[in-house]
Amino acid sequence: MTSETGNTLDVAAVARLAELARISLSDEELQRYSGQLDQILHSVDKVGEVAADDVVPMSHPQPLVNVTRPDVNKPCVDREEVLRQAPAVEDDRFRVPQILGEE
Amino acid sequence: MSNVDQKVPFTEAVEAFDPLLGFEVHVELSTKSKMFCACPTEFGAEPNTQVCPVCLGLPGSMPVVNQDAIESTIKIGLALNCKIAESSRFARKNYFYPDMPKDYQISQYDEPICYDGYLDVEVPLEDGTKKSVRVEIERVHMEEDTGKLTHAGGATGRIQGADYSIVDYNRAGVPLIEIVTKVVPDTGALAPEVGRAYVTQLRDLVRGLKVSDVRMEQGSLRCDANVSLMPAGTSEWGTRTETKNVNSFKSVEQAIRSEIERQAAVLQSGGKVVQETRHYQETSGTTTSGREKTDAEDYRYFPEPDLVPVEPSAEWIEELRAGLPEAPAKRVARLQEAWGLSDFDMQSVVNAGALDVVEETVAAGVDQAAARKWWLGELARRANEQGVEIDQVGVTPADVAGIVALIDEGKINDKLAREVIDGVASGEGTPAEVVEARGLGVVSDDGPLIEAIDQALADNPDVVEKLREGNMQPVGVIIGAVMKATRGQADAGRARELIIERLG
Repeated sequence: MTSETGNTLDVAAVARLAELARISLSDEELQRYSGQLDQILHSVDKVGEVAADDVVPMSHPQPLVNVTRPDVNKPCVDREEVLRQAPAVEDDRFRVPQILGEE
Repeated sequence: MSNVDQKVPFTEAVEAFDPLLGFEVHVELSTKSKMFCACPTEFGAEPNTQVCPVCLGLPGSMPVVNQDAIESTIKIGLALNCKIAESSRFARKNYFYPDMPKDYQISQYDEPICYDGYLDVEVPLEDGTKKSVRVEIERVHMEEDTGKLTHAGGATGRIQGADYSIVDYNRAGVPLIEIVTKVVPDTGALAPEVGRAYVTQLRDLVRGLKVSDVRMEQGSLRCDANVSLMPAGTSEWGTRTETKNVNSFKSVEQAIRSEIERQAAVLQSGGKVVQETRHYQETSGTTTSGREKTDAEDYRYFPEPDLVPVEPSAEWIEELRAGLPEAPAKRVARLQEAWGLSDFDMQSVVNAGALDVVEETVAAGVDQAAARKWWLGELARRANEQGVEIDQVGVTPADVAGIVALIDEGKINDKLAREVIDGVASGEGTPAEVVEARGLGVVSDDGPLIEAIDQALADNPDVVEKLREGNMQPVGVIIGAVMKATRGQADAGRARELIIERLG
């Protein structure tokens, strides 16, 4: 999935990603998107060409560390309001469709 | 897939194969608030009453890390002899399952906060001695617990055949610590006992830090046990399975044993062990097949963009290290020697979670035997009945010291002491005050006692005959009758003296 070593993103890899993301893609879409994604990856690869070894990978644009909060409670949201957002409710709980593909 | 797995007898299995173990233990922290939001974490609240936009994963909400959760995790890491990372990051673990409303769990992946530690585990052997086994710790990382699903429809209450599920998100976001071991090799036939000893001693260690309730039956301590087999005399690691749903220390031992026997049978019949999650079945003591294990990359981990790195300073780490309690194994050994107890008696104290209270009661001047008798007996029973820790029954070590003193002075007996405990637990004051207010006190005036004894002797001529012949064994019958007549307020010792006196 990474192209750091100049890997290309083939159709099979995109099909696998689509499955993991629960996105249904047609064969035509798979072809088209794998081409586009491959192009994006190669463009990003160009950054690697100029980044020297002393440049560490960045995961966050802010140079901040240790942002924490004290361990205290604050009021929760009222349950009725919470459950009003749900498409279906049963027994004060969120009701979700049948779960497939798990044990 | 057949429902009944073939097995090879355990001794045969561990002769042909060397078991390799690994453990993933999850500990729910007992912080007041959740990992990334200010919702309470209490167990057993009404469904969906401890939720907010952050733990419900509503758009625009932002997580902020709980400072105490970081401290607790570092404490666990230090107690496990880990290195603490100079810089550590959170990562998103992506998966589709409604136990997390965000469709990902915030966890740590390639930069855990603690790594490379060990726990020296004392494994009890059959001959009564112990063997020390070093379990190396790969990592200790922070994550958040998931919501609770209930599967509805279908006959079994299980996910198979369920029509739909309902979800309570109170637990979603509760701070969760995962402790992962390296592969534990060379345990041989001791593998099941090593597993049990590791989880038990890890529980004791975390409990000593006071950062979690670590109650397996309530799910605040959960253990996944990995087992694989290596043909004896080789170095070919076999395929491993991960057994979940192991809910007691005994089950850890049994699950490992069962999995060794099953995998040995698969391999000896020329088959291959499938890499999968298995479920421990409490009733049969065996494991059943679950889902095939997905590869780590299926979770598409990536750095959590909503959180910045955690970089604990050296000063902070040293401050936490200085505040660590005495290592539990050392403390237990020290107290066991001071009290002169057998391994079994000492383990009973530890298992009841009564180490602190017994120690404090002894420090208050009570004999260790009396302290253990009350804490492991009456008070442990009450704690169990109420489903609380032993130090939450409303009776303190000082109260127990007061009660024992009253017994020693002959002012109350064991039976009345239970009533005194009732009074103390319901806030009526100190044991002495309860005795006074309830008018408890044993009958020390001999008058009513003698009356009761004479009546009991008259009612039981056959017993009297035996006593006169010098057979003191049935004296309990008379004492029992006296106790009944005085509604338990008689001093049994004094009654016995008087009975002998009255018999001449």
